Amino acid sequence: MNLLVCGVGGQGVLLFSDILAQLALTAGLDVKKSEVHGMAQRGGSVTSHIRWGEKIHSPLIEEGTADIIVAFELLEAVRYLHFLAPAGWLIYDPLTIAPLPVQLGLVEQIASEELEKRIQNRLKKSLAVRAFDTARTLGNPRVQNTVMLGAVSRLLEFPDDLYYQTIKQLVKPQFVEANILAFRRGQELVSK
Amino acid sequence: MNRALLTGDEAVARGAWEAGCRFAAAYPGTPSTEILESLATYPDVYCEWSVNEKVALEAAIGASLAGVRSLAVMKHVGLNVAADPLFSAAYIGVRGGLVIVTADDPGMHSSQNEQDNRFYGLMAKIPVLCPADSQEAKDFIKSAYIISEQFDIPVLLRLTTRIAHSASVVGLEDRAETAPPNYEKQLQKTVLLPAFARLRHRELILRFDRLQAFTEKTPLNRIEWGNPELGIICDGVAYQYAREVFPDASFLKLGMVYPFPAGLVRQFAERVRRLAVIEEVDPFIELQVRALGLTVTGKDTLPRTGELTPAIIRAVFGQQISEHKAEIDLPNRPPALCPGCPHLGLFYALQRQNIIIGGDIGCYTLGALPPHNGLDTCIDMGASITFAHGVDKALANQDPRSRIAVIGDSTFFHSGITGLLNVVYNQSNVITIIADNRTTGMTGHQDHPGTGRTLMGKETVAIDLEQLCRACGITEVVRVDPYLIKETRNTIRRLLNIKKPAVVISQRSCALISARPGAPKKVDAEICSGCRSCLALGCPALSFEQEKALIISTACIGCGMCVEICPKGAIL
Repeated sequence: MNLLVCGVGGQGVLLFSDILAQLALTAGLDVKKSEVHGMAQRGGSVTSHIRWGEKIHSPLIEEGTADIIVAFELLEAVRYLHFLAPAGWLIYDPLTIAPLPVQLGLVEQIASEELEKRIQNRLKKSLAVRAFDTARTLGNPRVQNTVMLGAVSRLLEFPDDLYYQTIKQLVKPQFVEANILAFRRGQELVSK
Repeated sequence: MNRALLTGDEAVARGAWEAGCRFAAAYPGTPSTEILESLATYPDVYCEWSVNEKVALEAAIGASLAGVRSLAVMKHVGLNVAADPLFSAAYIGVRGGLVIVTADDPGMHSSQNEQDNRFYGLMAKIPVLCPADSQEAKDFIKSAYIISEQFDIPVLLRLTTRIAHSASVVGLEDRAETAPPNYEKQLQKTVLLPAFARLRHRELILRFDRLQAFTEKTPLNRIEWGNPELGIICDGVAYQYAREVFPDASFLKLGMVYPFPAGLVRQFAERVRRLAVIEEVDPFIELQVRALGLTVTGKDTLPRTGELTPAIIRAVFGQQISEHKAEIDLPNRPPALCPGCPHLGLFYALQRQNIIIGGDIGCYTLGALPPHNGLDTCIDMGASITFAHGVDKALANQDPRSRIAVIGDSTFFHSGITGLLNVVYNQSNVITIIADNRTTGMTGHQDHPGTGRTLMGKETVAIDLEQLCRACGITEVVRVDPYLIKETRNTIRRLLNIKKPAVVISQRSCALISARPGAPKKVDAEICSGCRSCLALGCPALSFEQEKALIISTACIGCGMCVEICPKGAIL
């Protein structure tokens, strides 16, 4: 499995990928996960490559080979579309966060409708999940990542208990309940 | 055996702990920072943030000579700072094993260059180990301690960003018992007076010859026979990419890239039809293969800059790659200073002034970008002050622009103090601005000599920057709050006119670690004239929609800087 996660610094991409990678390990698989910290986290574009299977060599996913791309933001979804395999799934939050050069009026923004159209033109299998909005109705925008995790779990073959167990393992005790609720809500957003 | 998913950095920490390491010192630097952060969570190992990498390595040499297994950790450019003791350490040797970790940054994800530190092995005559995943990172550091003690030599363990920040599965073992500390004076070994140093250099060559025999036999270097049509020599993460691209080829995987196992390479080369070296950035292995007179493909086709990827290797070797192209017209999303970041106020105050500004290494290097365009240089740690000094001496009275240096607090402690002393001693008209956000921001908020806390969480003396600068001989030391923009600008203007060395301490805690200063601000759209002057602050919480300023309430921390700069009073 090649799963690429992308978003904007501060959206919780790294915790999302920590949970999935740990889950694959607990399931007894070989796992590699690659991301870059530091300068990239100051509101920049953030990606995490997660791969699991019998034996994994490269920590990086090759262009055109991702089975699933999980995008926390629309512009970032389009930025990494070329990583998706022909039969792969894109799960994306249609939320848009303007990059600073756009906010400052230095660069033209591309309209959301145009970005969505590019996704439809290029892909057969894509799924919009309003994870940020859902997290906000739950009273905590920060659980966008676990709402997304719930949605993605519909495409993976791990049992629900494994998700709960891993969330408990990696999330601070006081936030476990909110994250499990968000995970379930995310599952509800995607029909089986 | 318990298995865990560890990053390369975490695996190095685990390996050092399992090897019985008792002393570890580092200066934070991406991608190496997490090694000491992780090691500090283990029992029975002293860990510290040293003031800089030179200090860290010298202290680790001391601990090694006191008989304990020691570790010094730094990013690639940090080893330049520590290069002086590195070469002496090779002559002196060790008592307790001494391992130096360098984390190189091919692709420059968070660095000013992508130098290849494998070459330090060649120059200092010390062994260099390059792990290819987290399991090897852990295993190799344990091997490094054994080699260090067996051959009386410091060992360089070289990671790259892709190894340091990738996680893979690691088997966990127990900590080894090691000998208790034990210091003995060894005059001829540790006092590098020329007479003794000449002996030590000859002796280093002997140690090196024994290592040369070792590298031919060690399981750190291994041949994986496959199809003899193509034989690939590689190290580090390049091995993983190459295995993926050529599942059937024969491999010579080097874990110990220096001393170079020439015999093993010859033996491998004889039995394959075509020989290739796949490595990142510089042709370190390839040069040594070519020195054996072998015909090899390497940097004649592979890129000499940036990271490799499986797709790059595929393309170079004529394999098919994905036809899907990236969308090229998308707006970039570069990193930016955070909403309410105190550096925003400082850089705003520096706008539209007739100045030349030396910049330094930290979050504030981003002040070089629009809308601030606030720095002329980013060279290396501490170079803001010394650059401005050189400019001042060269231009003298020929150029009316004032010379300014902007340097962070942690960077000032690291290597700004000597530059400031030089400004005072040689009298240049440099205004040094210390952007003091009370932490090491860029690398994720590590403590430093000004914070009053150590890596191991102990309270300690907090160095007072103002007193320190006065002790350096600066008489004009002024403290400002960068949230008060007019006051900051007026202070800087006043100092520009006094024509002598001065220091401004622009002090305000990093917005990510301090309490929110207030409720989110709002724009009164009735009053806003749409003049866009607030956008010159460069705050990510400020945007512009339908010809009016807009504050993104989820991002705004209520610092109030935009309130001060709005000419219409439209922000409340």
